[in-house]
Parts: sequence; C-alpha cells; structure tokens
Amino acid sequence: MKHLISAGDLGRDDALLILDTAEELARVSERSIKKLPTLRGRTVVNLFFEDSTRTRISFEAAAKRLSADVINFSAKGSSVSKGESLKDTALTLEAMGADAVVIRHGASGAPHRLANWVRGSVVNAGDGTHEHPTQALLDAFSMRRRLGRLEGLKVAVVGDILHSRVARSNVLLLSALGAEVTLVAPPTLLPVAVENWPCQVSYDLDSVLPKSDVVMMLRVQLERQNAAFFPSAREYSRRYGLDRDRVAKLHDDAIVMHPGPMNRGMEISAEVADSPRSTIVEQVANGVTVRMAVLYLLLGGAIGGDVQ
Amino acid sequence: MSDAQNPPVSGGDLARAVLEGPDIHRALTRIAHEILERTKGAESVVLVGIPTRGATLARRLAERVARFEGRKVPVGAVDITMYRDDLRLRPARPLGHTELPPGGIDDRIVVLVDDVLFSGRTVRAALDALNDLGRPRAVQLATLVDRGHRELPIRADYVGKNLPTAKSEKVKVYLEETDGRDAVVLVREGAR
Repeated sequence: MKHLISAGDLGRDDALLILDTAEELARVSERSIKKLPTLRGRTVVNLFFEDSTRTRISFEAAAKRLSADVINFSAKGSSVSKGESLKDTALTLEAMGADAVVIRHGASGAPHRLANWVRGSVVNAGDGTHEHPTQALLDAFSMRRRLGRLEGLKVAVVGDILHSRVARSNVLLLSALGAEVTLVAPPTLLPVAVENWPCQVSYDLDSVLPKSDVVMMLRVQLERQNAAFFPSAREYSRRYGLDRDRVAKLHDDAIVMHPGPMNRGMEISAEVADSPRSTIVEQVANGVTVRMAVLYLLLGGAIGGDVQ
Repeated sequence: MSDAQNPPVSGGDLARAVLEGPDIHRALTRIAHEILERTKGAESVVLVGIPTRGATLARRLAERVARFEGRKVPVGAVDITMYRDDLRLRPARPLGHTELPPGGIDDRIVVLVDDVLFSGRTVRAALDALNDLGRPRAVQLATLVDRGHRELPIRADYVGKNLPTAKSEKVKVYLEETDGRDAVVLVREGAR
C-alpha cells in the first residue's frame, strides 16, 4: 500500500491489518509517554484546502506520536490565495522532502491527481463529495471496539448521503468487512446510481431503526443546501432526526455514531448525542489511533529510495 | 527473534535439533532457579517477554517460579517492532502484542525474556521500549539460546544454552504453544 485515496482500494485483509494495528497502538494513548520513535526523520505535510479542525488536528497528533515532523499548510493565507495551482503547490512540497502528504480538498479526485505528482505517499483526508477513507476506518474501528465484531453488523447511515464523502467511504469499507449497510435519506439527498452501491437504500428511518446495530447520523451540510433538497429544517428533523423517541426503537446494545461536527437539534438531539449509546467522543480518540496505524503502515517500512 | 513460522525445512538445507523438549524444560527450570537465586526470591521481579516466543517463555518461567517458591510473578510482553533499527529495510510489519505486567514496571526488576540472542539489536530495541513504559530498578536478560555474533555491547544474565553457530546458519525455536512441539533446530543453508 503506497497511498490511501479510497476506502474502495482496501481489501478485507488490508482493512483488518489497519484495524488490528490500531488496536495495538490504542495502548500508546493510555501510557504516560504517548510517543513512539518509529517515524523519526519522516516528514508529513498536512495540506488542507478546506476548513477542518478535528481531521487536521487528528492527523497532526497521529504523526507527532510517531515522531514524524509535521508541516501544516492551509490554503488560507498561502500562495493558493494568490492563484497557485495544486500542481505547483505539490511540487513545492516535493522539493521540501515530504514523505507523506495528507490532503483535504474541495474537489473530488484531487488526492488522486496529487498522487501522480509527488513521490511520497498521499493520504486522502476528504475530497469534495467523494471519499474520506480514514473516517470510515475510524468508524469501523469504533464499531468493532464497542460491539466486538463487524461481520454481519447492520449499519444504518442516515442523512445527507448526496454530499457525504463519509457515507461513500463507509459503504465501501463496511461492505468489504462483511457489515450490511442501509442508507436512509429523503430521495433528494441520495446520489445518482446509488442502486449500484453495495448497500440497501430506504426512505423510512422508523422502519430501519429496530433492526440496526449501529445508527450513523450524518451532518446536514447546510453550506451545500442551495438547491432546496427539503422543505424546511424542521420537517427534515421530524422525519430524519434522531431524538429520544426514535432511539427507544433501537435494541439495547445498539450504538449511535456521528462523524462530527454535529448540528444539535437538527439531525441529532442533544440528549441522544450525550447519551451512553453515543460513540461520538470515542470516535475522536479512535481517529488519532487509526491515523497512526495508517501513517505507520504507509511510512513505517521501506519506501522510495530507502532500500539500495 | 527467530523465524520459526515455517517448520518444514526446504530441500538442500541441513537441519539438526540441538535441544529437544526435555532439554528445553530442564533449561527453563534452571533459569527459573537462577532468577530466584540472583534476585533473592524474585520479590520485585516482573517477567517481560518479547513476542511471540519470548512471551511464551516468560509465561513458562513464571509458572516455574510459582511452583518452586509459591510466588506469583507478574508477566507482561513488550513488542519491539516500533523500536527496531531496521524498519526502513523492509515493508511495514504487523505489530505484536504489548501488555504491561499487572502493577507496571516502575521500580521493579524486569527480566526480559527472548528465545534467541543474536546480534543484540532486538534487546536494544526492547530496552528503548521499556524506557517508554516506565522506570525499572534494574533490567536483566534471559534467553533460551545464545548463538553469539553480537553487534552491540549486550549480554544475557540467564542463558539456556550457549550455541556456537556460523553466521550463515539459522536457529529456529519451536514451542508447544505456538508450533505444536518443543525444539531448537540449527539449520545450515545447503548448497543450492
């Protein structure tokens, strides 16, 4: 594995290797010295063209815990705002000796392009409405830690599937790992050709809840709702929001997930978000662990001109 | 660490068992007695094995110490993969299992346990790993086989068998728990 661009590139064995590695690395976060010397001398560049707090900080913490040098680059206040192209930015990073580039970009496919321009590894940290593979990995990791398995798990992914890179990555990864995913959304928020995805589709949340082990609520991406996908926030919340009454339909061990940031009161009520079923805070902690595993597996061994 | 994942020796190689099951049992029994003697009853001793076979040997030693003196010695394991000095020579490896002994290692006498002592690089990595896990009062080293050819100033405190080898030879350790039988085998690469 050289790059991590799409969750679809990961076979079952690759995905399990990442999750098992993360399981071992989770112990590092519990020690008093939360650092390993493994990536000493490697340079990881965080290249963020879109706003992000948790993903960027998570990658930064992961790289630092493995002793890599981290360079943070955000498009705001950089040469990008002067009109520099992605390729020129990439070549600049290349010249600085980046061993890995973690990229978030508003355009779907940007990491894929970048991978052809740089010698180091490229990690997709979210590209447009396409994919966010490390989020899917940390979600799978969180599910396995809480429920003990992934095989046969019934997962409902609810909300704005159309604009969600998290949904696509999760469907691809979870289906490879043997979980059964059901997408739940109003017809206007489902992408074209969703029937070809390896999952079920439903418009009715209430009928899906009783048979779900995991309910993953997605953020309604208000900044992308320019085309009136639903009549009003209130109506959306009434049909697809997760509140106390809906949670009561879940079986006792079922968990509630959210990739964050949340719109409390819209897709998820505050009460549900803070309940013991919710894994939302664990997901953040697990994010660092899973990203450490990804960086270790990409950069921890021989890469590029290491072996003579 | 030995590479004992693939038991059948390929054609052309000469394999000779240097220790059989009973020899390994006697060696471990002696090491357990030596640990008890040198640490005056193993009062603050913890046994920390290097996965996979070192961890198995650590459990066996703990079981013997418990049998001889009725003292339960905490057992742990420390995976050294992330501390290796040759990571860049091979693709990233899967990690072994690290488990702190109950009560931790702070102010204890840590006896590191490995199956084969060779270049000493594994032990160097283990010392670094221990450093990140706590501050032991002392660290000692027990190994089932010392095959020589040290590349670092490291020596074992407890040795099951000193085994003179050529550098081109391989020492393979098989243990009941992981491989279905107990044996130490010396493999000489045949002419191919």
